[in-house]
Amino acid sequence: MAKIIVITSGKGGVGKTTTAAAIGMGLALRGNRTVVIDFDVGLRNLDLIMGCERRVVYDFINVINGEAKLKQALIRDKRCEDLYILPASQTKEKEALTKEGVGTVIQELSEHFDYILCDSPAGIEHGAYMAMYYADDAVVVTNPEVSSVRDSDRMLGILASKSRRAENEQDPVREYLLLTRYNPQRVQNGEMLSVNDVQEILALDLLGVIPESEAVLNASNSGTPVILNQQSEAGQAYMDIVARYLGEEVPHRFLEVNKKGLLNRLFGG
Amino acid sequence: MSTSLLDYFRGRQKKGTAAVAKERLQILVAHERAARNRPSYLRQMQEELLQVVRKYVHVDDDAITVALEQEGNQEILELNIILPDQQE
Repeated sequence: MAKIIVITSGKGGVGKTTTAAAIGMGLALRGNRTVVIDFDVGLRNLDLIMGCERRVVYDFINVINGEAKLKQALIRDKRCEDLYILPASQTKEKEALTKEGVGTVIQELSEHFDYILCDSPAGIEHGAYMAMYYADDAVVVTNPEVSSVRDSDRMLGILASKSRRAENEQDPVREYLLLTRYNPQRVQNGEMLSVNDVQEILALDLLGVIPESEAVLNASNSGTPVILNQQSEAGQAYMDIVARYLGEEVPHRFLEVNKKGLLNRLFGG
Repeated sequence: MSTSLLDYFRGRQKKGTAAVAKERLQILVAHERAARNRPSYLRQMQEELLQVVRKYVHVDDDAITVALEQEGNQEILELNIILPDQQE
């Protein structure tokens, strides 16, 4: 049976798709058969971030409606043979994502894959509900910023009450915090919530912290998941996160400002 | 020396905005969590209690508050009725 992971946040623009692409690639690079599903009907972007936008023929909703077979809609990554993506529909109504339809597709996928990543749309509407409904684990992507933290907490409430696990009174969805766009310098200056602050407010297990990094925009520009750029701090941080998710003990990195020279220190930089 | 001289004076001038953010969020999140954990019957119970009390004394619509609080393993149902000033 596959493990079903939702990448969620509530707020938009915090890095859900970047994270879904990076973790998906990371899991696959370690030999796990992995599929990433885009649940953002009408605003699909996972294909673009993964660099396979020109290979989309059929989509998730075509499969749900029986217009295409799952095999026809799945796109195999060119860089990693264990990674597939299932794109969202750009034209259909989002109501076409029925609970039964999504369930059937996930069921079929779980026979062939080790990990199924559900990339949630922003907001708390239908698509977001469908993305989290079948989840075993949830990665809550949060920026160290008030509206993002609040929306993440709202999403935690939904996971705890509206998921399949909650409805069937099974063990709850395992929730992890993933803090993105972290700027240690601003944290040190008292201008940004620290990782401890956010953890204290949300009371979640910390999966990892992605530092604010130019590499993320460069990665999306070229359609290459940022985890493939192992020169970058963001890429390394995502690799750590994948290892941590798989149960390895990996110390957190990039939380502190780099050591500065004496002059810098004297004058506060 | 972990902070610079400049930081020291800066620190005396103002509290960082992050501390404000944290404080606001802690209050807000606690409030919103309490709201979503509130059982749905509370509202109706409040309504019915108001009717019962009104059989005996005249009170305003907002004279009754019902709150459910969690303290450790105990749930505390708190009912607060503000009676009007004693009539002669």
